[in-house]
Formats: sequence, structure tokens, C-alpha cells
Amino acid sequence: MSELEFVLAAEGLSVSFPSKIGRTEVLDGVSFAVARGGWTTCVGPSGCGKTTLLRALAGLIEPDEGRIRVDGEVGARSSAMAYLPQRDTLLPWRSALHNAVLGSELARHPRAGALEEARELFVRFGLSDAVHQYPNQLSGGMRQRVAVIRTYLTHREILLLDEPLGALDPLTRTSLQGWLLDVWRELGKSILLVTHDVEEALLLSDRVLVLSPRPAHLRTVIDPSLRRPRSRSAPDFVRQKEELLNLLCEVET
Amino acid sequence: MSDRAKRVVAPALLLASLFAAWELTVHIAHVPGYILPPPSRIVVTFFLQFGMLWPHILVTVAEVVYGLLLGSALGLLLATAIVYVPVIEWAVHPLIIASQMIPVFAIAPLLIVWLGYGLWPKVIVTALICFFPIVVNGVDGLRSASEETLELFRSLGASRWQTFIKLRWPGSLPALFSGWKIGATLSVVGATIGEWIGATRGLGYLMRQSNALLRVDVVFAAILALALVGLLLFGIVRIIERLVLRWRQPTSG
Repeated sequence: MSELEFVLAAEGLSVSFPSKIGRTEVLDGVSFAVARGGWTTCVGPSGCGKTTLLRALAGLIEPDEGRIRVDGEVGARSSAMAYLPQRDTLLPWRSALHNAVLGSELARHPRAGALEEARELFVRFGLSDAVHQYPNQLSGGMRQRVAVIRTYLTHREILLLDEPLGALDPLTRTSLQGWLLDVWRELGKSILLVTHDVEEALLLSDRVLVLSPRPAHLRTVIDPSLRRPRSRSAPDFVRQKEELLNLLCEVET
Repeated sequence: MSDRAKRVVAPALLLASLFAAWELTVHIAHVPGYILPPPSRIVVTFFLQFGMLWPHILVTVAEVVYGLLLGSALGLLLATAIVYVPVIEWAVHPLIIASQMIPVFAIAPLLIVWLGYGLWPKVIVTALICFFPIVVNGVDGLRSASEETLELFRSLGASRWQTFIKLRWPGSLPALFSGWKIGATLSVVGATIGEWIGATRGLGYLMRQSNALLRVDVVFAAILALALVGLLLFGIVRIIERLVLRWRQPTSG
């Protein structure tokens, strides 16, 4: 792939936080690239710094070392990243629709157009009933859908999703995985997903980045190169899942 | 009986039995009316003297409403300053707490010396009494925005003003309304204290005058009027709260 087929490139990212013993290293020279329009997933043992990685990419923390390039350029990265934090961040006093347009509202885009676009997306992605509901009237799965639409509606290049399905029950989770794939295919954004669910990573992504325990570095990159739609029971899938799990467990011991 | 009905009937029954006991005691023990009139006499006085009570009620209501508005404005400004400027918090916080140790009875005569017998000393006493719960709850409310939501706003490039008006302020409303409900109740006390110290009109003034004349039934009628004003004010704040915080009520289904 040529340089420009990657929308995002991280080069040697190191992040540390002040702690009692001086500084705690969280990321130790992480390098990877995200293909334009592709789905990249980052897995790693829990607490290895996956969230820190996303926050550094979103511009919420400054890396000690390393560079982040968007479209080959350094700088202005945060305006290219749409960050979906791990915990539920819908504003409880806004209806689903008004939550979805938060990004364009903060960017001072015209309101009517944003609402119209959001309404269309709600209809297209099975949220028509939720339009006027407040978050506490929605199920966990619906809330996450609204949050994903909100992330998309920032109209930024790259969606950074931090375990968007982490808090859901297995059934809702499975149906949302399919839903996320639909959204990604139809809207054509580049996605960087963080998850601890190996199956989810293999099911959804073009590339899987495997991080080591803290301080995290990139251990390996896996190209699932499985045909879509993927099946959890296909022999190839089962084999890759097995390998990936072994890799992560080996890393943890 | 439904829970809703019980909530009306229970306090009504309790109140009715207390009044019945009072009424009986007064009659059986032949307590003279200038020491303790029976409730029936107080109610009769309230209605017979309503024409005389009404102008005093209006004066007290005006003081209470202005005092509550002034206290709320001061409370909100102070709460915002405390949340945004650490130095102000360190400087002002001990003073605010200390101010609550000073009995309002000590300040009210000074205010009357400085500002005369008019409306303003009472408004200020009322504001002084009810601003405290508003500051305390306002600070808690403004700080209740979660770290994740604040980061979301940062990643969306929100300005400080946007973060205040679209996140902190609406998020503070549930706590603020708790403060307002306490403030509304206290404001009636504040206005009465102000009038007690020095006034020519108002329910507090009327109580003092009637007390001196041994018209204990009028004192109680004024207390009844005060209680009704307080209840009405509390009710109004609650209705506004319900309207503003509609999103807190989950609808079934």
C-alpha cells in the first residue's frame, strides 16, 4: 500500500503518567497505521493502555514521544478524530436526536441541516422510534447506537471507538456487531476500535493490532483476511481465534 | 387505597388529629384565648380578618420573591466562580461557611440602620438565608459532569463557554432545584425575621404587633398565612422542576 492509503499513522508513541515512583510508562513506542476506509481493531490484555492510546490519538493527552500523522501530515490531528469514550456519554437532558447532533452544534454548523441529516440516519439505521426519546428511556444497545451515530455525525475522518459494546449483554452485543458493520460499510469511515473481545476483533476488522502488557508496544499485526460475511463457526475463523487467544494468554503470563 | 391517595390522606389525618387534640385540650383545660386559642378560632380569625391580613401577605410575598431571586442570582454567580476559579474557592469557601454561623438576627438590625425600614433590608436578609443551599448545591451540580463527558466535549473542540452552557449548567439543574426547594422554604423565615426586627408592614410585623396586644389568634392566623405562602412557593418550585427536568421521568415501555 502506498503512503496515502493510510489515513492515520502512529510512529513510536510513548506515553507516561506521573505516579508515586516517578513516572509510569503506559505506551512504549507504539507504531501502526490505519487504512483509509478500513476497520482496524486494537486488542491487548486488560489495562495495557488501549484507552490511553485512543486518548492520545484524540488529542486528549500529549504523547511524550512519537508522531501522529493524518493523511501524511503531522498536526491538526484532533480535528480528524471522532472519539467515542468507553462510558455512556449521552447527555440525559437531550433527546436521542439532539444528542446525535452535539458535534455539529459545538462546531457551530447550521442546526436545521444537522437535524435533518441525523433524522435520516436514524431512519436508515433502525433508530426511528428513538428520535424523541431521552437516554434513560432507551435500552443500553439503543444508547450505544445513538452514541455511534453521534460520533459519525462529527464528520471527521476517523472514528475512535473505545469498547463501544463492552457493557452490553451477549445477545445485544452480537446484534450490535452486525449493526456496526452495516454502518461502517454504508458510511465508509475509517474505524479504529479498541476491544478485549478477540472474537469481536476477528469478526469485524481488516487488521488486528495486538498490544503487549503495559508498557504496551505493538506485538504483532494480524490480517484476518477472512471472507465477509464472516461466520463464527468457520474453521478458519476458529483457528485464528485460537491463535490470537494463545498469543494474548502467552503475553499475560 | 393507591399510594398517591395515601400520600394525601396520611399527612391530612395526622394534622387533623393534632388539631383535634389541641382543640380538646384548650376546651377541657379552659385555656384563655390570649394564651392559646383553639384551632377553630384561628381559622375563623383567618377568614374574618383576611381583608386585614391580605396587604401584609402581599408585602411578605414580595420580600420573599425578591429575596429568593437575589439569593439565587448571587448563589449561582458564586457557585460558578467557585467551580471555575480555584483561588475564589479557597478564598470564599471558609467565609461562606462562617457566614452561616452568624445569626441573621444579629445582621438584620444593622441592615435596618443602614437601609431603613423599607423593603430592601428584608430582601437582603432573605437572600442571605437562602443563598447558602443554592451555592452548595450549585457547586455540587456544576461539578457533577463526568470526566468522560468533559473529555468528549474537549475532543469535539468545545469552548469553555459551550462546555458551561451545554454540559455543566444543564447537568447542575437537578442539584440546583434541590437547593432552590430548601431556599424557598427558608426564604419565608428570612423575610419574617427581617420584618420582626423593624418594619411597618408584613406578616412578621403583624405577628409582633398582635403579640404585644395579646391577640394570639391573629398571631396564629399570620403563622397560617406564612405556612400557606411557604407551601405555595415550594409547590411552584416543584412544578417548575418537573417541567424543566422532564428527562428524569422514565416513561414505561
